[in-house]
Amino acid sequence: MELMINGEVQRFDSENPQTVAELMVFLEITEKRGVAVAVNDEVVPRRKWGESPVNDGDRVEIIRATQGG
Amino acid sequence: MDDRWKVGPYEFSSRLLVGTAKYPNYQVMLDALEASGTDLVTVAIRRLDIDASSESGVLELISDRYELLPNTAGCYTAKDAILTANLAREALETNLIKLEVIADDETLLPDGEELLKAAGALVDDGFVVMAYTNDDPVLCRKLQDLGCAAVMPLGSPIGSGMGIRNPYNFRIIREILEVPMLLDAGVGTPSDATLAMELGCDGVLLNTAISGAEKPVTMARAFKLAVEAGRLAYQSGRIPKRLYAQASSPLEGVVHSES
Repeated sequence: MELMINGEVQRFDSENPQTVAELMVFLEITEKRGVAVAVNDEVVPRRKWGESPVNDGDRVEIIRATQGG
Repeated sequence: MDDRWKVGPYEFSSRLLVGTAKYPNYQVMLDALEASGTDLVTVAIRRLDIDASSESGVLELISDRYELLPNTAGCYTAKDAILTANLAREALETNLIKLEVIADDETLLPDGEELLKAAGALVDDGFVVMAYTNDDPVLCRKLQDLGCAAVMPLGSPIGSGMGIRNPYNFRIIREILEVPMLLDAGVGTPSDATLAMELGCDGVLLNTAISGAEKPVTMARAFKLAVEAGRLAYQSGRIPKRLYAQASSPLEGVVHSES
């Protein structure tokens, strides 16, 4: 399966992540403070990461609050 | 001096809002924020660097101490600004949003049409919208009418350091707005912030004027004092301007020599 993650195509060969939560584990995003995820332009609330699927071709945005003016 | 003010349900004591970008390092940023006396600091929402995802970055340094105001900087359309605002709300658990929808990357001037579209949608969705806008009294009124919690006209383009290019518009906007009015963008030096407060702004938001100064920490203190001075002056009522002199000393009893 392929996902578009933050504007870049990422291929998954054998172990496809099934949910947003599994994707976060796969990407080793352990520090989750200030992080949010949207799939196909819809924000996925953190409490729903475990039950929200990611499917082939989905556009995933993973953001973090950072320094800004 | 107890002079607290509110943006929607959020209450603050400092009237200086400070950005967290472009400091030489984290320690200078922290010291400058401290010296500024601010309660409310801005942050940006950006794609996570997946390869450096184990760091929480700036948040662990500031999130316990300051209220965070996420922005939609870099958004050119209402659609992107709305998505960014929703991501910010989810990431930071705040309804506050500094709404920026810009038209081009040379001037970074707001796109009024897209700004109004985004502001309406976000207000309807429960956001407490602080709208970065042109110094256009009509646009400012429309943003207020849509339900923005604060309206923040620019003094001059972001990062330009040109101060308030049209103070007369600021006076008109002040008369129109009932919600808080903040100067956002263009501040170069503390006297710009003082002028804004003397014109009746409820606060001043800036970043580069502090972070880009040779000594950001002392400049931050200068801005704290400048905003307080301008606020006090506004509350105290300045004297009218006159074309001719008016003596301060008594006119009676002036000593005359025989001639």
